[in-house]
Amino acid sequence: MPATGVVPQEADTRTSGKRIVNDFAIQVATVNGSGSQTANLVLLRSIFQMGVPVSGKNMFPSNIAGLPTWYTIRASAAGYIGRKKEVDFLVAMNPETAREDVLTLPPGAAAVYDEPLKLSELRSDVVFYPVPFDKLIGGVTHDAKLRRLVRNMIYDGVLSRLLAVDMGQMEKALRKQMGKKEKAIALNMAALAAGYEYAEANLPKQDPFVVEPMDKTNGMILIEGNAAAALGCMMAGVTFVAWYPITPSSSLCESLIDYLKKYRREPETGKATYAVIQAEDEIAALGMVIGAGWMGARSMTSTAGPGLSLMAEFTGLGYYAEVPAVVFDVQRVGPSTGLPTRTAQQDILSAAVLSHGDTQHPLLLPASVAECYSMAMEAFDLAEQLQTPVFVMSDLDLGMNTWMAHPFEYPSTPLNRGKRLTADTLSRIGQFGRYRDVEGDGIPYRTVPGDGLPPYFARGSGHNEMALYSERADDYANNLDRLARKFNTARTLVPKPEIETAGPGGIGFIAYGTTHWAIVEARDQLRAERGIETSYLRLRAYPFTSDVGAFIDRCDRVYIVEQNRDGQMLSLLKMECTVAQFAKLRSIRHYAGLPIDGRSVTTELLKQEGS
Amino acid sequence: MSTTVQPPPAPGKRINRIGLEPIAYRGSKTTLCAGCGHNAITERIIDAFFELGVEPTQVIKLSGIGCSSKSPAYFLNSAHGFNSVHGRMPSVSTGAVVANRKMIAIGISGDGDTGAIGIGQFVHLMRRNLPMIYVIEDNGCYGLTKGQFSPTADLGSKLKTGVINDLPPIDTCALAIELGASFVARSFSGDPKQLKAILKAAISHRGTCMIDVLSPCVTFNDHEGSTKSYSYAKDHEEPLSDVSFVPFFEDINVEYDPGTTTAVTLHNGSKLLLSKLAEDYNPTDKVNALRLLHESSGRDEFATGILYVEPDKPDFLDLLGIVDEPLAFLDESRTRPSRAVLDEVMESFR
Repeated sequence: MPATGVVPQEADTRTSGKRIVNDFAIQVATVNGSGSQTANLVLLRSIFQMGVPVSGKNMFPSNIAGLPTWYTIRASAAGYIGRKKEVDFLVAMNPETAREDVLTLPPGAAAVYDEPLKLSELRSDVVFYPVPFDKLIGGVTHDAKLRRLVRNMIYDGVLSRLLAVDMGQMEKALRKQMGKKEKAIALNMAALAAGYEYAEANLPKQDPFVVEPMDKTNGMILIEGNAAAALGCMMAGVTFVAWYPITPSSSLCESLIDYLKKYRREPETGKATYAVIQAEDEIAALGMVIGAGWMGARSMTSTAGPGLSLMAEFTGLGYYAEVPAVVFDVQRVGPSTGLPTRTAQQDILSAAVLSHGDTQHPLLLPASVAECYSMAMEAFDLAEQLQTPVFVMSDLDLGMNTWMAHPFEYPSTPLNRGKRLTADTLSRIGQFGRYRDVEGDGIPYRTVPGDGLPPYFARGSGHNEMALYSERADDYANNLDRLARKFNTARTLVPKPEIETAGPGGIGFIAYGTTHWAIVEARDQLRAERGIETSYLRLRAYPFTSDVGAFIDRCDRVYIVEQNRDGQMLSLLKMECTVAQFAKLRSIRHYAGLPIDGRSVTTELLKQEGS
Repeated sequence: MSTTVQPPPAPGKRINRIGLEPIAYRGSKTTLCAGCGHNAITERIIDAFFELGVEPTQVIKLSGIGCSSKSPAYFLNSAHGFNSVHGRMPSVSTGAVVANRKMIAIGISGDGDTGAIGIGQFVHLMRRNLPMIYVIEDNGCYGLTKGQFSPTADLGSKLKTGVINDLPPIDTCALAIELGASFVARSFSGDPKQLKAILKAAISHRGTCMIDVLSPCVTFNDHEGSTKSYSYAKDHEEPLSDVSFVPFFEDINVEYDPGTTTAVTLHNGSKLLLSKLAEDYNPTDKVNALRLLHESSGRDEFATGILYVEPDKPDFLDLLGIVDEPLAFLDESRTRPSRAVLDEVMESFR
């Protein structure tokens, strides 16, 4: 979804008193566990319903209650849905962070704050709107518990007035959010109104930011990547799921359980056409998935970094015994426990070669919720086609945040179950050898228990092409070479990159996953602000297709942009490229736990270009 | 017209009820040490499946890593097998059994594979009462890495190198009973009659059948002072009862006197007959079973036989509420929802 080339003009308009329409970021700073999520989603959805492109990013602590959390809503007429580095409009509800939140605002920003915090004396270049939240909530309800729950809805009312977000849309969004709980809706509506009326009477508009209706979200949906991936898994015909809870992947399997319960029970009997098992740990989760995959079930798990580390041994077994499995890795910040609720692209290298010995695994690299959905289906097909574990490398930003998308397409092709032996194939090829390369693509035929075809003995120990235990040097080397051949075949089966060429020559970007949204914006900034045209290749899978080398050849310099410290995708590229290609590769890395933003890419690129 | 007449079975040739000979139940030649208890267990597994007339292609064989875990290659060649990773056979079995509920699963583990690296997965398998037969070939040591102690090694037992084991052993049977396995037995590789009867009963039971089989390691743990040696086991085995098993397709033999015999009916109608020896043992009493295990280990004896059985306990597949057909074989028409379903979900996100 490339955005149009509209230029953000923050600096100019702020000082000149012009209105800034549909191009700003709102940040709500609260304490986690205070029920702010409803208020934030209502605000996001209201702007979306007004036809204005939005994105929402939750920066939350690894905690249940009491620690700071920030939610950022970006409205962008140009359609940019990556993170915006600067906060334009702050809602300061958390006494712990309020001072720092205000001090880090850019000049010209605005801040709504809880009146007792007395923030207005901190800055003279920020517009302040004090709101007596406790006093206002007292007029809504006297129940202490309810007051706490709906207090945040007051800032939605204040913002509705200050930013011209239609109150009708607020109510519609609230109803969408709360379902049929009429009492709760009435209470929240009262809080909304209290905020709106207070702002109307007491807070004259002094900042330039406003929302105006557009028509850019017609027919679109708002969805989190994990829910999109879960839908993709259901549509891929998953029959076996084993998982262990871990942030930020838990909501993937939880969404999947909800969908499966609703849509995958046989109407006549109520029996399930799937099984979901919450395993005792991630080792067992992948073990179960491998067991089910060996039997012929479409099986999957989802996890994050620490779980991925635990899955290493079984991944090697899946690779060597050639068992299909789908693993979603919703990446978070490592190493070790790291920052469990912050985003990163830090598992690329370890996933690509997970486990001891010579191993290689296909990775799919979704950049959008639409790809979470479509790549889930592709992952199951590829796992069965290649008879190996396939990793879908999502991240926290994609998985847990709310993104706009066009409604997902119904799959147009049937499930691809790969090379399953049939009686006909058996009579054509003669003898069945589980690990025989019949067609030269490195992919053997397989049978599964109970299919009535010849059995074999799967094992992680050395074996020959008949699946018999073997320690012979030639058997070992032949098998490893065939597995390498199979990985080469994977290059022709995985999703191809998306390429936009400006060249010949010049600067090229290579990026993947959620970094894409920062690249879209950075390329527009470079074009508009510096007249620099760039080429761009968005990787959608590993192993690399032949397009990648050709792209590097066409560019003078190629910046690999990614969200990790060590340039992990850069390392994988370096493993395969020629000396001439190697010399062209440069690297931009972002690893602070916040989603990468376009401005940081632009700034770093210009710095490295020496301009 | 050429006629090919099937010759009648040679006199004395054994054929089971589905028309197969014992050879159909054999596997590759064993590569374990001569005299290894594990080989005797393999023979009893072959006997049990043959005598019950189980279709070998309806069986899956699983294992972890170690000497014991090599065994599945030595029986039922026409069954699929999976020699997985160390201590993780329970999880692979769980996925496999849930994916195809029609198969009979037998897993072979060892005392290290179960009691040490695999104890976490073992306890959760027992909790789930997954329908499978879980055999521990228990020799109290790590054979494949040359004789180190395992967690079932006896307190005070001595390695060839002189090292003394100063940690108490884990009783896998007590653990399995406590955690919810619905069929728990202990036997001895040198007691073919009892072991075969237990295995046959296990094949007919639905739920987790945990069978700990003492199986002396002739190379590293068959010396004096080891309770896992042949001589010790023979002297200190305390059979609970004389285990007999009557498959559902056979009439109960009249030789069992009802006055001294307990009959337990398994889910498929087979009967487990326990003719009592020394004491009045009730295998359906969990507390009694645990008391017996504690008391006999206090006397440095091991009680053998079917220690505990709960024939009607719901198994893991019952709890999952899955369809009757194997999940692995469901057609796309039953696993990919319709366009209307996708539209409905999309509408909910507008």
